[in-house]
Amino acid sequence: MNRLTAEQKVLAVLRWLVIAFLIIATVFPFYYMAVLSFVPIESLLLAPGRIWVGAQDLTIDTYRTVLASVDDGGQGFSRFLRNSAIVSLVVVALTLLISIPGAYAVARLKFAGRTTVSTLFLAVYLFPTIVLAVPLFIAFAKMGLQTSLLGLMFVYIAQTVPVSIYMLRTYFQAIPQSVEEAASIDGAGRLATLSRVTLPLAMPSIMSTGLYVFMIAWNEFLFALLFLAAEPELWTVSLGLAQLSGGIEVPKTVLMAGSVILTVPIIVLYGIAERALTEGLTTGADKG
Amino acid sequence: MSIQTPLSPAPPTKRAPTAKRRNTRARRDNRDGLVMVLPTTVIVIAVVIVPVLWNVVLSFQDLSLLDIRDAGPFQSLTMENFVRVFTAAGFWQSIANTVVYSVAATVGSIVVGLVAALALRQPFPGRGLVRAAMLLPYVAPVVAVAFVWQIMLNPQYGIVNVWGQQFLGWDRPIDFLGRAPYALITVIAFEIWRYFPFAFMFITARLVAVPRDIEEAAIVDGASALQRFRYVILPQLLPVVALLSVLRLIMTFNKFDDVYLLTGGGAGTEVAAVRVYDTLTGRFDVGGAAAQSIVLAVFLAVCLLVYIRFFVRKEDRA
Repeated sequence: MNRLTAEQKVLAVLRWLVIAFLIIATVFPFYYMAVLSFVPIESLLLAPGRIWVGAQDLTIDTYRTVLASVDDGGQGFSRFLRNSAIVSLVVVALTLLISIPGAYAVARLKFAGRTTVSTLFLAVYLFPTIVLAVPLFIAFAKMGLQTSLLGLMFVYIAQTVPVSIYMLRTYFQAIPQSVEEAASIDGAGRLATLSRVTLPLAMPSIMSTGLYVFMIAWNEFLFALLFLAAEPELWTVSLGLAQLSGGIEVPKTVLMAGSVILTVPIIVLYGIAERALTEGLTTGADKG
Repeated sequence: MSIQTPLSPAPPTKRAPTAKRRNTRARRDNRDGLVMVLPTTVIVIAVVIVPVLWNVVLSFQDLSLLDIRDAGPFQSLTMENFVRVFTAAGFWQSIANTVVYSVAATVGSIVVGLVAALALRQPFPGRGLVRAAMLLPYVAPVVAVAFVWQIMLNPQYGIVNVWGQQFLGWDRPIDFLGRAPYALITVIAFEIWRYFPFAFMFITARLVAVPRDIEEAAIVDGASALQRFRYVILPQLLPVVALLSVLRLIMTFNKFDDVYLLTGGGAGTEVAAVRVYDTLTGRFDVGGAAAQSIVLAVFLAVCLLVYIRFFVRKEDRA
């Protein structure tokens, strides 16, 4: 009994230590990123060890510099933001448009080759993207798509469709079939049932899938680098930040402002849909 | 998932429809299903399957980026790329780096994720918030977080080095991303930091489904917390841990952006994916890049087969 209580006490203390450590480890870099984004570079170099900055040292010049267009002496992040927004939103819309019917079919309809198709999509999800990099790089260069956002969108859609089909499929399976049967007995066709009954019921999960797709498209780096590195006009925020960080002429705190700008949209969206997102990703985890 | 061919006899239902009706229904399902997956299948074939096959062809061709414009798809094939890749200086080193990197990062992220999931298992005020915070590294853009790490670890003004010298008594700053043994350890730590939330999510989801009664019985029997973990909880988590291991191993093995952004592949961190990228854009060696990526894919396919052979079967039997 003695050993048992001792173990219990140690574990109770350990548990709080672990929680505290994990909170610091996960939150501190983001906090630090935010703090640095508001100070001039001299201030960081003078006192590199501090984690708190008084109000008198704060500045928003970093943000002004990073957002201003290159002609105005800035880093042109407004343009990068616009590029990223266009790419991500188009990819979300098209991916959902393509994957909703696909997921529905895989979840509900028995058609020839259904398992083959499911396996194919899973394989795509697991397939090394770097293997796609070489041929896509060449293909897009040959077709002249290399320096347009269009090529990037194609690749992102192909990369996100399998994941969203996987996520949406589980949601569709969770909707009781009887609801749909009731609608079809009332005379609704497949399309009417799908658009008036199934989709509204699945709307929350469609939103979280869309958010996940947005995240992937917004955060992506490799293909943006391969396709657009030579075209500063078309850089996405991720690529823009990475390209600018290579040079020494851009102060690090200005680039931290860029990092904040890149991160904030994701964190806001994630804050809105965190629960739905984690549930969507992990459904099926309990089945192994 | 149950596999039924569309025309296999359905089990008798209460409202037994006539055979003919069932047949048209099945046929319609078949047609609708095919139509609905068609767009996905087309785009997956166009942007994934065809490029992969083309990559295989490329890997047997002696091409550089400069003559790619004139080269037809059926240029003469050669094994030269593979010979060159296997004998090139640094190739085996990059494979070794990749193996160390992916195994250590996978194991690390799963262990940390497991510890986090267990620590957050019992409810406490603010748990939801802590859980949400825990996922930040996973959802945040890799470029932004890699960049913050770079600044925090910088030898001149990085806060880790400043504090390390101030509070931990380091003699001199450590060049975490620029010196040989440290750089690889740092990119592994980064990967664990970024992906433990993934394991945390999956393990938490599975923990919720662990039946309480077995655990309560173990408590009644006087089992300690560690014993309960070892004999009750862990066995329940094994399938999800196995799945996570495979997923993470595959993903980390191909990892490009994290390493590229942190170190650019320098200081002993050149992993296979970064090497493929360098071969392609740095040396314009298309055939070599294709051949290396094929070697990567084959290695992964073998891992996946081993997993399916030894783990999936076992679960089915259990």
